[in-house]
Amino acid sequence: MKPFAYVRAGSVEEATDAFAARPGARYLGGGTNLVDLMKLGVETPAALIDVTRLPLDGVEELPDGGLRVGATVRNSDLAAHPVVRDRYPALSQALLAGASGQLRNAATTGGNLLQRTRCPYFQDVTKPCNKREPGTGCGALEGVHRDHAVLGHSERCIATHPSDMAVALAALDARVELRGPEGARSVPAADFHRLPGTRPEKDTEIHPGELITSVLLPAATGGLPSRYRKARDRASYAFALASVAAVLHCGNGVVERVGLAFGGLAHRPWRARRAEDALIGAAPTAAAFEHAVDLELAAAEPLRDNAYKVPLARRLALDVLGRLAPAAQL
Amino acid sequence: MTGTETVLGAATERREGREKVTGTARYAAEYTGPGRAHARPVPAAVARGRVTGVDAAPALALPGVLAVLTHENAPRLAQPDDPVLAVLQGPEVPHRGWPVALVVAETPEAARAGAAAVRVTCAAEPHDVTLTAGHPGSYVPEEANGGHPAVRERGDQDAAFAASEVRIDTEYRVPPLHNHPMEPHASTARWKGDRLTVRTSSQGTNAVRATLAQLFEVPEEGISVTAEHVGGGFGSKGTPRPDVVLAALAARHTGRTVTVAFPRRLLPSLVGHRAPTLHRLRLGAGRDGRLTCLGHEVATHTSRIKEFVEQAAVPARVMYAAPHSRTAHRVVRLDVPTPSWMRAPGEAPGMYALESAMDELATELGLDPVELRVRNEPAEEPDSGRPFSSRHLVECLREGARRFGWADRDPRPRSRAEGPLLVGTGVAAATYPVLVAPSTASAWALPDGGFVVRINATDIGTGARTVLAQVAADALGVPTERVRTEVGSSALPAASLAGGSSGTASWGWAVHEACVRLAERLATLPGPVPEDGIGAHADTTGEADAGSAYARHAFGAHFAEVTVDTVTGEVRARRLLGVYAAGRILNARTARSQFVGGMTMGLGMALTEDSHVDPAFGDFAESDLASYHVPAHADAVGIEAHWVAEEDAHLNPMGSKGIGEIGIVGTAAAIGNAVHHATGVRFRELPLTPDRVLTGLLAHETPAGTFGG
Repeated sequence: MKPFAYVRAGSVEEATDAFAARPGARYLGGGTNLVDLMKLGVETPAALIDVTRLPLDGVEELPDGGLRVGATVRNSDLAAHPVVRDRYPALSQALLAGASGQLRNAATTGGNLLQRTRCPYFQDVTKPCNKREPGTGCGALEGVHRDHAVLGHSERCIATHPSDMAVALAALDARVELRGPEGARSVPAADFHRLPGTRPEKDTEIHPGELITSVLLPAATGGLPSRYRKARDRASYAFALASVAAVLHCGNGVVERVGLAFGGLAHRPWRARRAEDALIGAAPTAAAFEHAVDLELAAAEPLRDNAYKVPLARRLALDVLGRLAPAAQL
Repeated sequence: MTGTETVLGAATERREGREKVTGTARYAAEYTGPGRAHARPVPAAVARGRVTGVDAAPALALPGVLAVLTHENAPRLAQPDDPVLAVLQGPEVPHRGWPVALVVAETPEAARAGAAAVRVTCAAEPHDVTLTAGHPGSYVPEEANGGHPAVRERGDQDAAFAASEVRIDTEYRVPPLHNHPMEPHASTARWKGDRLTVRTSSQGTNAVRATLAQLFEVPEEGISVTAEHVGGGFGSKGTPRPDVVLAALAARHTGRTVTVAFPRRLLPSLVGHRAPTLHRLRLGAGRDGRLTCLGHEVATHTSRIKEFVEQAAVPARVMYAAPHSRTAHRVVRLDVPTPSWMRAPGEAPGMYALESAMDELATELGLDPVELRVRNEPAEEPDSGRPFSSRHLVECLREGARRFGWADRDPRPRSRAEGPLLVGTGVAAATYPVLVAPSTASAWALPDGGFVVRINATDIGTGARTVLAQVAADALGVPTERVRTEVGSSALPAASLAGGSSGTASWGWAVHEACVRLAERLATLPGPVPEDGIGAHADTTGEADAGSAYARHAFGAHFAEVTVDTVTGEVRARRLLGVYAAGRILNARTARSQFVGGMTMGLGMALTEDSHVDPAFGDFAESDLASYHVPAHADAVGIEAHWVAEEDAHLNPMGSKGIGEIGIVGTAAAIGNAVHHATGVRFRELPLTPDRVLTGLLAHETPAGTFGG
């Protein structure tokens, strides 16, 4: 293993300073993905800045009814948090649908957002991968890609983002709060991850040296119903073939607010804006849902071996929206 | 008085269980001798070609790296019988992942870094890794695994098929599958002059010792090989593997104790796999459901360096009465890793295909699938004409049907729904041959009233130590606790490997004979047992390997209840029930564990385990346990194993048949048949993952051209 420095940061400033001072540094959260990638030679950091001791492990209810989730809150703790379970069920369900019990106990909120794709070509340093090594090509394009993207991919990269949690955050209009050398800022969760385009090596909009400090959930007043559903190869410990997070609120017999996001289909959680636009003001009927979801998935460009993802995502979305509709009208 | 009835068959706890769950049981990579070094192979990154250069300098420059072995500087080996062991002996690369260098270092981390730093250049050649049914390179081998003739014909299959009232002509596909034992392959080796000491993870250390003696051209007596605890093998540790050869090479080259522990990701290319199989079945029957002919043709792959033919058409020679039959294998050499044994080679994929086709026939006939099998029960083994030593398949089917509640089943496909879930049930038969091999054992009586049994059996997690103590106690007429068993070392009396479900029968036979002789000596002993103890020895050569006039097989029946989610195509097995007729069950607890373990592996074969040979790169795309989906605990629910009492005087002194493999054999077909019953759609390619199942459901529900579901 390539020797690396280990720094345990006591404060956010200490962490960002340490990062800035050490070229090739990485922040270390639960390590459930980064350490694997170091073993595989995919990541070769010069230094690990351990951020798990930072005072970012709280879940704070805000005066406006929102919720601020610290970046180092463990996935299992967040899933079990009473306020999350009560007001943001899609988030709790998404967390519990991810990984395994042991991994959820270790993985952090910030780390979950920053995990890398599980594309087998990305993880194998003997094969080409534009994400791992720009310009080398994409092994998956003509290779084994049943699990890969059907939306927003490019000829440079067809990887998907593996997180379940991030899909729920995208649908829930969460924001990712960052702190870096240039101060603090926040980015909508739905825009935090990127599409690959010509620069698949860049997963997110995070700037070099920036640290995720928290995730901000907007007020879920009126008990906004939300759900998450995931299809996978086995009952536990498998990444999504496709997944859906949705939040739905109706009034006067029409959809007043909707957030819909797909997982497992793209390089980022896929916020279904077209479907949402079609639904706002429409009656929450099966026909309206079908119309909206089909509008969204019309953009899908399946690869040789993953065409099943389009009907799978469609049916998941219709199922989730259909189940939310009665509660949404209360 | 002890009563043999209570010793043999008792649900005795496994003896090393506490050591294992508390982490004190030591495995091959955990013997930390002074000055131990670690070695890591550098896998070839081309699917076919030649090594043209190895630049070891960047690796040797790293701290802690001791040596880099290549085909140019590694010690020379005599040519092995098994070509997969000829590592670092030449520049040829027969498949991607083949070891082209070995980095020896002070720590595992340094070895890993060194392996990443070695610069290997290869002259790549065009490769072909894709199995197709009509591959132009395919040929009929002389024999398939197990020494079975590649082709067997009775009567006139083609004419009988053409003349049959009811015909099923169908194809099935089983993908490559991987053994993936919990403990990856590992070996620790140390040389002192020409004496070699090895700790390894193997299903049989006598074969390892003989192989090392042959390869390194040293006497067997100077080699000690132990495998005290083995974390599973499922066939992949049934033959010596490159880890032990590499460890011995590195130890010889460096003069150090060296451990080679394969990382998980190297296993698919270095320790064998179940070859993919393409099946064509042609079943002809009368309207009464009696088979007139049974054709089973299998196409499979092997590697460039070794012919291994998965004998998937062989169980059709055992199962059903049919006057006309053709069972045949074709194989093609591809630039792939060498396939080998994986739990129930032949039977697992072969019975998946055959028992699925039988279900198709039952559907076609409108006949209950249990009844169809009963109607085709043969009077003797169809292929050989030999009488069965015992065959209680019908009893297994009846008992399973009773326990499962089969009589309440509505036979119509797609007749049961629970909300969005379709529910179905299915049945399949299972068979596995009785295999047994000569072994030797010694038994000792000690002055303190205790006994010691010594035999180089290998406990790969099955409970061999425990059941052999029961066999000994039964023969000696003493309580099991009085017997200590010593296993897992080549210093002990030689014994056969833990494979082919033959271990307990083979070892138990020798232990039984040694103990019977010891009991006879004790009976005539004038005084107390002397201080040095008193012993007896047994060697079953000539008995255990004597041919039998009987066809000897275990049988079983599998029942499955599945749910199919119509939203996603996700299939889950809600209930699995197996009933087995496997002679006398010697330990109810460890036997149940074997059956349930086999069924769980069959569940993975049916629903989750998928592997692809990457056409561009030539390796298996799924190389870790995050991507190669063995069942998780949440998948393995509601599994039950039972057995029927079976007396068989033509087996061995215990009257037992092997039980390690039959649990996997019928499980996948039972699940697949249940999925058909649930959905009305026949899926013919494993595993039944949502991509396949949803696509099939939609094609079934939606007329062509309106796809969208």
